[in-house]
Amino acid sequence: MTDMPLLKVRDISKFYGARIGCKNVSFDLWPGEVLAIVGESGSGKTTLLNCLATRLMPSSGSVEYRMRDGEMRELSRMSEAERRFLMRTDWGFVHQNPADGLRMAVSAGANVGERLMAVGERHYGNIRETAGSWLGRVEISVDRIDDQPRDFSGGMRQRLQIARNLVTSPRLIFMDEPTGGLDVSVQARLLDLLRGLVQDLGLSAIIVTHDLAVARLLSHRMMVMKDGLVIEQGLTDRVLDDPREAYTQLLVSSILQV
Amino acid sequence: MPTPLVVSEVAKSFTMHLRDGIRLPVMSNVTFSVKSGECVVLGGPSGIGKSSLLKMVYGNYAVDTGQILVDHDGKLLDLATADPRTILSVRRATLGYVSQFLRTVPRVAAVDVVAEPLTARGVDAAEAKATAEAMLARLNLPRELWQLPPATFSGGEQQRVNIARGFITDHRILLLDEPTASLDAKNRAVVVGMIEEKKAAGVALLGIFHDEDVREKVADRIVDVSAFSPRKAAA
Repeated sequence: MTDMPLLKVRDISKFYGARIGCKNVSFDLWPGEVLAIVGESGSGKTTLLNCLATRLMPSSGSVEYRMRDGEMRELSRMSEAERRFLMRTDWGFVHQNPADGLRMAVSAGANVGERLMAVGERHYGNIRETAGSWLGRVEISVDRIDDQPRDFSGGMRQRLQIARNLVTSPRLIFMDEPTGGLDVSVQARLLDLLRGLVQDLGLSAIIVTHDLAVARLLSHRMMVMKDGLVIEQGLTDRVLDDPREAYTQLLVSSILQV
Repeated sequence: MPTPLVVSEVAKSFTMHLRDGIRLPVMSNVTFSVKSGECVVLGGPSGIGKSSLLKMVYGNYAVDTGQILVDHDGKLLDLATADPRTILSVRRATLGYVSQFLRTVPRVAAVDVVAEPLTARGVDAAEAKATAEAMLARLNLPRELWQLPPATFSGGEQQRVNIARGFITDHRILLLDEPTASLDAKNRAVVVGMIEEKKAAGVALLGIFHDEDVREKVADRIVDVSAFSPRKAAA
């Protein structure tokens, strides 16, 4: 299985009227691989992510996904119900703003347990126990299980969103600026947590970020986007240490050193 | 004697787009090879491109032309044209690198930094940790530092973590970028001993050593990098 791609993306374009969202993007994502999409705001990286995750319909191109039974399925040919089931079980989507990915008015335990129920778990005791153990893994004290996320700090909410996404053992996680808007110390903790989880669970992930340090820490491979086009891609440390394109050189040389 | 690393007619230049696109030739016609059990040292004055050459061999810098052939699991691969996934698997199993500076990851303890290359290859976590502790002990890193993230360590301490991490696996090829630069005499001797062991085990080593004493002890052969440099006339 590992010598076949998990996701095959071919010539994905998205136009908003005459304006380009993203254009002619193609790549393969392999099991266990973490791909970072970097670029400044407006470069089309979130549009691309949303097209891949079926949150937006691309104007043209195809995205194929290898199902658990090994069959390659074209996402646009799936029924809405099939796509939603995929989103709730085999995939995860971590939003920049945790409020977009959580239900703020139900308890932390229910936020995690809800995804389990979507894959057919019905036993209350099991759900609560699994939810509790996932809260522990994302370093949220289990005695907060009955509290609502609106009483949590930003960092805790983001960790809860990650637990909610990972509880169904997905194979592919999409992340949109997962550390955006967090304090640096909170960011470091979250990055370390994500790195460990991705490694331990052998997850594939596509991470959109404008933060090159985040890309370096988490990703194996990187794509740089500008004006909707992928202008450079390759091994993460190669792109960052030996950038070839003018725009990538500008991005890399603009990082603040500490 | 097998030759796990062959560098053939490699050329490299940097294009500085932020400075009106000037093209800086770095190296051309780089050709040499490293045999199993041999330590080849890159020689030449500072700034001639020795570190850049190591980074090219590691796939960290792209090359313009030429081949970097590596024996990976009995298959010959050209790292100059390999895709990222192949380069990562070569790094995991075949090609190790001890860089000059440790790139620290927040919150990860020194012992786990050292053990990571083993766990990445599927070694049991407890076993990897025990091996890592033995390496750190051998390099005289104080035991009370093992559980701390290395970000706040001194230069010499960080370098020893870096060396332990690089030497912990049985990679067939090992690249060393001044591994002894900030070490005292006692720890330099430990590293020299570790290099001797790698040679005896049939590892092909390619390194940069400014310390003459160390260089004389470990080098089987010197490859003069200024011969590949466009600045050789000036040097």
